[in-house]
Amino acid sequence: MTRRITDAAHLERLRAELQAARDPARSAIAVCAGTGCVAYGSRKLAAAFRDAVTARRVDVEVRATGCHGFCERGPLVVVFPSRIFYQRVQPADVEEILDRTVAKGEVIDRLLYADPTTGRKYVHEDEVPFYAHQHRLILGFNGKIDPESLDDYVANGGYRALARTLTSMLPEQVIEAVTKAGLRGRGGAGFPTGRKWALCRQALGNPKYVVCNADEGDPGAFMDRSVLEGNPHGVIEGMILGAYAIGAHEGYVYVRNEYPLAVERLSLAVEAARARGLLGNNILGRDFSFDIQITRGAGAFVCGEETALIGSVEGNRGQPRFRPPYPAQSGLWGKPTVINNVETWVNVPLILDRGPDWYAGIGTAGSKGTKIFSLVGKVNNTGLVEVPMGATLRHIVFEIGGGIRDGRAFKAVQTGGPSGGCLPAEKLDLQIDFESLTAAGSMMGSGGMIVMDDRTCMVDVARYFIDFLLEESCGKCVPCREGLTQMSHLLHAITEGRATDETLASLEALAPVVQDASLCALGQTAPNPVLSTIKYFRDEYLAHIRDRRCPAAVCKSLITYTINDKCTGCMVCARQCPEHAITGERKKLHVIDPAKCTRCGICHSVCKFDAVDVR
Amino acid sequence: MSATVEPTCDLTKLDPILARYPAERRSLVMVLQDAQKTYQYLPRPVLERIAEALKVPRSHVYHLATFYKAFSLEPRGRHICTVCLGTACHVRGALRLVEHVERRAGIKAGATTPDLELTLETVNCVGACALGPVVIVDGEYVGSATTTKLDKALKGIVKGAVEEQQA
Repeated sequence: MTRRITDAAHLERLRAELQAARDPARSAIAVCAGTGCVAYGSRKLAAAFRDAVTARRVDVEVRATGCHGFCERGPLVVVFPSRIFYQRVQPADVEEILDRTVAKGEVIDRLLYADPTTGRKYVHEDEVPFYAHQHRLILGFNGKIDPESLDDYVANGGYRALARTLTSMLPEQVIEAVTKAGLRGRGGAGFPTGRKWALCRQALGNPKYVVCNADEGDPGAFMDRSVLEGNPHGVIEGMILGAYAIGAHEGYVYVRNEYPLAVERLSLAVEAARARGLLGNNILGRDFSFDIQITRGAGAFVCGEETALIGSVEGNRGQPRFRPPYPAQSGLWGKPTVINNVETWVNVPLILDRGPDWYAGIGTAGSKGTKIFSLVGKVNNTGLVEVPMGATLRHIVFEIGGGIRDGRAFKAVQTGGPSGGCLPAEKLDLQIDFESLTAAGSMMGSGGMIVMDDRTCMVDVARYFIDFLLEESCGKCVPCREGLTQMSHLLHAITEGRATDETLASLEALAPVVQDASLCALGQTAPNPVLSTIKYFRDEYLAHIRDRRCPAAVCKSLITYTINDKCTGCMVCARQCPEHAITGERKKLHVIDPAKCTRCGICHSVCKFDAVDVR
Repeated sequence: MSATVEPTCDLTKLDPILARYPAERRSLVMVLQDAQKTYQYLPRPVLERIAEALKVPRSHVYHLATFYKAFSLEPRGRHICTVCLGTACHVRGALRLVEHVERRAGIKAGATTPDLELTLETVNCVGACALGPVVIVDGEYVGSATTTKLDKALKGIVKGAVEEQQA
């Protein structure tokens, strides 16, 4: 089956054959094999299904699919054709699923998803509120196709856009379509993709390159990982289309080494595409050749910045350089280069397949299409969420995310990773797109969305991001290297109870300097988390500074642990305390010696009676 | 041969790695990565051999090996415990887990125990945010990690390692 696909007509014949060979009534079990579900044991689960199916000699297809996005409830399983959706499935459930659901079509109540707030149970995936309120243009492929099968992608319409484009469109028309669709870069800055391509096409210099930025470094964002793991051919098809549009013959994917599964699936997909003639010389029999190489990153956040990424691909340190010239004019090895992010590339085949007008019909005036957010933190339903641009934060956090965990109060949502900011409750009705987020003091970034509740300290969050960026600063320019060092000192002074009002004033004075004077986006956006938390949560800063108090009970220097009268004297905390700071007899109230306590929090986490207070 | 390999390491293991990539500067990061995987760290003779094979100055190899976080110039432990400090893990208390392992193993994050049994590392995000806080012990993900769960994961390792030595 690894025969070369000779031309567009051949591809369509193959697709028709593949689709005809598929019996929609055939039983199939789709097991999510994204990193989250794999961590929960989905590989063992898929193997258990395969073993059981083989042992029983029944005609059931067991399919390992890409990430379904609802990582919180993994391992996830969907049974076809009934589309019954099970969550938290264990190998012990395999026999029962085959006996009851596959053979008889019965629903196993205990494996259904139950809404944590209403307790209502749902049978089908698309009814679950987490999915029902989404618009899964991109992620929809993940649960449907086997990412390790090119045929599966083709059967689901894959490479159709490529065949049509190569046979009926000029490169300029491709750029025109992408421009008309209004696609903007999903990596963070939102630069119009069509304009970037046009600049590169017009730029003098040969050869030209396309690069896929899969160095998803923002902590808390994992949509690119999920797309690469779940739909690698979608990204490859996008890159081939981009290469055709700008006139490139070589492409690079720069992917984080922290994503081993993504590297593995992408490598398999590239090999498969090459074996079938979708990469290499004379693609689909046309006068167009293109191939892709995979480059693995080596753990430097700054390499997500395009000029640093270029340096890294070339075999140098990943240090940014001044722009202009932009990579579209002078990029990889000094040649015109288009760099787009994973999510941007995977949108391209959709636009060319279904047309720019259709695409432009989704989203807001300035931001088209959908955006994938990784909804994480203190929210009930964590996972990947795809919504049209312009959806409100409230819609995402409460309707899709199911609200805040443990019934706590919503405090803020942090968007845009370390370059972004924290938005408070009064911004919940903000319609999010590139412009509105920037106007509110945050940014789209790559789409991380970290929900925070009343037990999250906003000063600690700001300190966390500054320390993160300080460590990741490449050290080339002074404003970023030294500015962040000073900002970190100031924030530590606040969280450790050594600050005065002047500390806050210094912080506010220094932040704009770092923004204005840094060389690349890392430094230019680094103060955002600090400025946005000062803007919206000034009271919390003042509580740390003037009252030496951390309202969220997070900052260690400012909190105390005490034991209340719910204590049953079980002695668990006393035994676990590494400092032997807890005393008390069996069945009698225990006491913490504040002089010995290092506030490690172990007593609080081991207490089953909620008897340890943190203030 | 394991993590305890000292500078008299077996350089022939580099040959298949070097054969995999063109002998050019742009292969450097990938060669270093594969070498790091094979030797667990980057001993000096390995860096020198790579410089020679890819025809780049030794200073440049050192320049890269000290820039990227994935590379270690020090021997690493037989077991690796990686605590994710991504934002989602941070707000769910990941720092407490780092401190817990630091206390138990008697080392600071980034260090290796003197007997080369355990290296404790932190990472900025492994993209498994829904499982936060996440700790990876020898490639196995411990999701929604607690100090108790970690003790369990680490206990097995320490015990297993002791048995290996005795056998």
